[in-house]
Amino acid sequence: MKRRSKHSIPTKYTLMFLTGFCVIVMFVSFTLNLSGGPLNDIAGYVFVPMQKGINTIGTWIISRADDLKSLRDVMQENEELQAQVDELTQDMNTIKLERYELDNLRELMELDQKYPSYEKVAARVIGSDGGNWFNTFLIDKGSKDGIEKDMNVIAGSGLVGIVIDTGANYAKVRSIIDDTSNVSGMSLSSADRCIVNGNLATMNEGQVIEFSSLKCEDNAVEAGEQIVTSHISDKYLEGILIGYVSTIERDANNLTYSGTITPAVDFQHLQEVLVVLDKKEALED
Amino acid sequence: MRRKIYVSLIIAICFLLQSTLFQALSIASISPNLLIVVASSFGFMRGRKEGMWIGFFSGLLLDIFFGSVIGFYALIYAYIGYVNGFFRKWFFPDDIKLPLALIAASDFSYSSLVYLFLFFLRGKLRFNYYLLHIILPELVYTILVTIALYFIILKINQKLEIIEKRSANKFV
Repeated sequence: MKRRSKHSIPTKYTLMFLTGFCVIVMFVSFTLNLSGGPLNDIAGYVFVPMQKGINTIGTWIISRADDLKSLRDVMQENEELQAQVDELTQDMNTIKLERYELDNLRELMELDQKYPSYEKVAARVIGSDGGNWFNTFLIDKGSKDGIEKDMNVIAGSGLVGIVIDTGANYAKVRSIIDDTSNVSGMSLSSADRCIVNGNLATMNEGQVIEFSSLKCEDNAVEAGEQIVTSHISDKYLEGILIGYVSTIERDANNLTYSGTITPAVDFQHLQEVLVVLDKKEALED
Repeated sequence: MRRKIYVSLIIAICFLLQSTLFQALSIASISPNLLIVVASSFGFMRGRKEGMWIGFFSGLLLDIFFGSVIGFYALIYAYIGYVNGFFRKWFFPDDIKLPLALIAASDFSYSSLVYLFLFFLRGKLRFNYYLLHIILPELVYTILVTIALYFIILKINQKLEIIEKRSANKFV
């Protein structure tokens, strides 16, 4: 039985105490760049299994519904594909021959593969930011699986974002379309560098993000140009596709260009991502 | 004790739904804010103190999983719960107008604060745009969800109050 003591602290003092507490914690975690620490792990163990559960049920239902719908389509498609397979097998043989020739030539020229094949681990997206302002999400692999802060996250061939925090069994990823995200990019053909910023407003309006400070020759970069991560970034590995230039304009200073980029990854339907286990800092050592 | 367990459950369920199901059900990439409904309605149903603590813990949960610094959301939610507590005097369970108005006001002030601290201070000055495309849609969606969620919370609270009264009578 709860008994109200006469000496219980008035609520306004508790509120003042909480305010002070929060402000101090914010200050500490901002200046020292700390995150929840043990809190992360505890909260992770409680909530991550449940989020996984809800997601599994959700995807199961969706996939069942899709199954029924697509069965008929699939049968028809099967026939078409079979015909295509025959055709492609022939092409394949020719290509194999050519490939063999290419390999030989490459060996002769001692060309290494341009990008080392990174070690990756697949992870499932289990929760998105509760609010509508930011684009961070949770994946179901954490420090237990070898994931660390600042690891790059990709999906398909495009850059998704970067790990900004880890718990034992989950990791927090900030996507490149997040309003606070900045990535150093470069155009693939001319290697001109630019800064790619996520932007909530342009993402809402036309599914594009911004880029700025692109220094290039007159009209060297046009719409459709591929933008990849640049070699000067200290966190993002080089040469990962960010997206394609959709609009480009010369800035008022007449020196640089800015515009918008269509990301290579479909962020609306992101279910599985790959975390690159090699970190840029480690590679350089 | 019983109340604490139930309230923690409500917060946990709302947080889970908000980060999974309602993200999938988002309309034009806008999803409702369930935790505001919880913090705000416990504020005006139970008073300043409970509203504040429930808000604090809801916010802390968001901070841990999605915040950039620990304590930011916790502070906003704690204040929202606390301020809603002032309206307890005017709260009657049958009347839904006051709860709707309060929750709408809470969600609006929450969004405005987030805009002010996390967007405005970074030089994103187009308040009109964010108002029309983020704040108001979220407000409308939240209100729609409130109409269902509020009655569930209300019923749970009434059950808890009956149980508490009964066990209090036993000791007299």
